[in-house]
Amino acid sequence: MLSLYLFFFLSFVALISASMVLLSKKPIHAVLYLTLTFFTLAGHYILLNAQFLAVVHVIVYAGAIMVLFLFTVMLLNLNIEGEFQKSTLMKFVAAIAGGMLFLVLIGTLKSFDVSTVGNPEMTQIGLVKNLGKTLYSDYLMPFELSSILFLSAMVGAVMLGKKDKN
Amino acid sequence: METTVAQIQTIPLQYYILFCSALFSIGVIGVLAKRNALVIFMSVELMLNSANLLLTAFSAYRNDPAGQIFVFFIMVVAAAEVAIGLALLVVVYRSTKTIDINALDRLKW
Repeated sequence: MLSLYLFFFLSFVALISASMVLLSKKPIHAVLYLTLTFFTLAGHYILLNAQFLAVVHVIVYAGAIMVLFLFTVMLLNLNIEGEFQKSTLMKFVAAIAGGMLFLVLIGTLKSFDVSTVGNPEMTQIGLVKNLGKTLYSDYLMPFELSSILFLSAMVGAVMLGKKDKN
Repeated sequence: METTVAQIQTIPLQYYILFCSALFSIGVIGVLAKRNALVIFMSVELMLNSANLLLTAFSAYRNDPAGQIFVFFIMVVAAAEVAIGLALLVVVYRSTKTIDINALDRLKW
């Protein structure tokens, strides 16, 4: 029962802070609300007993990606209030479109019976030991290839960020 | 650990689907409604995260580690994407002095 309350609390905070990302005028506030959303999602991972993913999520998102966003806001000096806004009509249309998408998703999934999926004797799979075994046996090749992806991303970012000589 | 397992069963999988759909829709609204390229990036991150959470939920309920491995790789790709995207944003800002995406219409016919 406790986990159900925890689920509702985390979902509530996540949805509110995700909306605040869109509603806040200053980019720096949006970044901070996004960090809050990421932390609540880490709570969701822990609730699902996916401890490895929770830790990786906090390290990657709340650690690395947030620092990148904050430094970009700082370097570009973007913290100016309400600089460029879309017209109210466009915002309204966007909200309608997003709401329609939500309704379509809910409507589709309502007819889909997920209760058969549930497995009563779950689950140790989210622990570091079991995920590590799978990652280093079945998924060894993609895991190694992702290091090449990171290398190329790093080279690309450095190349893009470099100042022109002339 | 048994108690945790018993507790998770009390949350229906439908709740996760509902929550993730709502989060994804918020991300879509952000991409459609905003003109600040940085906020659009953040909305894309929201969408990626909602997909990640749903993959994890299904993986946990089906007792299949492949879903969580997928989430791990999505995180890898998202990190690389953010690094490149923000570098591109800095380059765009240097050349146009703004990150308003409406300024980037030079390829428009």
